[in-house]
Amino acid sequence: MNVTRGFTGRPRVAGPHLPPGQYDAGDDWPVLSAEVTPELAAADWTFRIDGLVAEPRTWTWDEAHALPGSVYEGDIHCVTSWSKFGVRFGGVSLDAFLDLVRPEATATHAVAYSHTGYTANLPLADLTGGRAWIAFTYGGEPLPAEHGGPARLLVPHLYFWKSAKWIAGLRILDHDEPGFWEQNGYHARGNPWEEQRYSGD
Amino acid sequence: MTSQPFVPPTRFAVPGRIAVGEGTASVWQTATLTEIRRETPRAATFRFAVPDWAGHLPGQHLMLRLTARDGYVAQRHYSIASPPDDAGHIELTLDHVEGGEVSGWFHTVARPGDEVRVRGPLSGFFAWPGDRPALLLGAGSGVVPLMSMVRHHRARGLDVPLRLLVSARGPRELIYADEYGAETTPVFTRGAPEGVPVGRMSAAHVAPLLADAPPGGWEAYVCGSNGFAEHASRLLVAAGQPVDRIRIERFG
Ligand SMILES: Cc1cc2nc3c(=O)[nH]c(=O)nc-3n(C[C@H](O)[C@H](O)[C@H](O)COP(=O)(O)OP(=O)(O)OC[C@H]3O[C@@H](n4cnc5c(N)ncnc54)[C@H](O)[C@@H]3O)c2cc1C
Repeated sequence: MNVTRGFTGRPRVAGPHLPPGQYDAGDDWPVLSAEVTPELAAADWTFRIDGLVAEPRTWTWDEAHALPGSVYEGDIHCVTSWSKFGVRFGGVSLDAFLDLVRPEATATHAVAYSHTGYTANLPLADLTGGRAWIAFTYGGEPLPAEHGGPARLLVPHLYFWKSAKWIAGLRILDHDEPGFWEQNGYHARGNPWEEQRYSGD
Repeated sequence: MTSQPFVPPTRFAVPGRIAVGEGTASVWQTATLTEIRRETPRAATFRFAVPDWAGHLPGQHLMLRLTARDGYVAQRHYSIASPPDDAGHIELTLDHVEGGEVSGWFHTVARPGDEVRVRGPLSGFFAWPGDRPALLLGAGSGVVPLMSMVRHHRARGLDVPLRLLVSARGPRELIYADEYGAETTPVFTRGAPEGVPVGRMSAAHVAPLLADAPPGGWEAYVCGSNGFAEHASRLLVAAGQPVDRIRIERFG
């Protein structure tokens, strides 16, 4: 251990909620997107799943909202070290979308892509089983544009760069293909509990 | 399934500018503080010896870690202020954030000889190898990675066009004030010397630079708080800069 002379740090947060190396951002919700925030109206938003699926499909805003609603209440973790506790997102479970397109048996991964062209790769197993959502609201309000509104992917058990803002679609694949940050040296999976920040962690 | 990599229907704004090496980012190294230079009442530059530093490109950042006696760690990202040619050394410039855990330690406790841990350089999308004309817009400590570009441009005697618009509350808050040359236009938001206008960065600053763009256009780099990044990137879009040539580093 390399102790820093004279560094004590904040009072420690008790409890098992903080992954290694993370701190509690409190009420702050930092914005870290690398591109210009798009002006994307809900009426112009679409979400598509294609690739290795039985029935590729595109949903409009209204069609996506016609699916059963689902809420995530819990924590989110950003690779820049902040975590945010007790957030509440509303949307639709990704399972509801995937059940309709039916991924093939050979499907193992997905590339999530945004209306801005941002990409993030994910194992399919991280997108199923009630662990991923398409989120439309935050704290009961429409998701603000700088946080990915009108709709973002939400995969809260991985670092938040995986939760692509302004989500446009998923391409289902039988192999892993690095997305934007992953090509920039970030970890392929990004599990905060194992501190998988950068490639090699 | 073909082996063609998936290309999203929209061309992404900010493809990586450089290949990022595997491995260097996952190795923690000791950085020994060798010098502290005051820049403004709220900001200072911290110079470190990092003997095995792999080198970086202007615009890249690193992750820095402080460790308390009980093993508690605080980690933050910081842009690299120094140019790449400063072998074995890097410089960071930190704002003193009110109540800040890491910047507070640097501004009130740190002294030469202290050791911290760093890993990096990180991220390729904001890097500028000095190859394309670059238009830089920064505010506050957001000027830090942009200054690395200006210093690199100067140190190498590059003739590729480079322009910097830097926003600060007033002349006293302008980081690196003595170092700017003809490439830079400061914008003062709260107070300015006699005869210099006061106000937010505006179309009047950005439009002439875009009207006078070099052949092939500018690669725009925007850095600062999220509020500034939103404002400056909208100015660029309004002035005709293509969104796929605007790279934004937000400090959160
Ligand atoms: C890519 C990148 C590059 C960056 N480059 C630079 C740079 O070159 N220079 C620079 O100065 N900064 C830079 N930053 C910002 C930097 O990473 C830190 O966010 C900044 O230094 C503040 O960290 P801190 O530990 O001092 O403050 P923090 O402890 O993170 O606090 C920030 C604010 O939140 C409040 N706060 C947060 N949590 C709590 C809590 N639990 N209890 C009470 N109050 C709390 C604090 O009072 C303070 O006002 C960069 C950020 C990124 C993402």
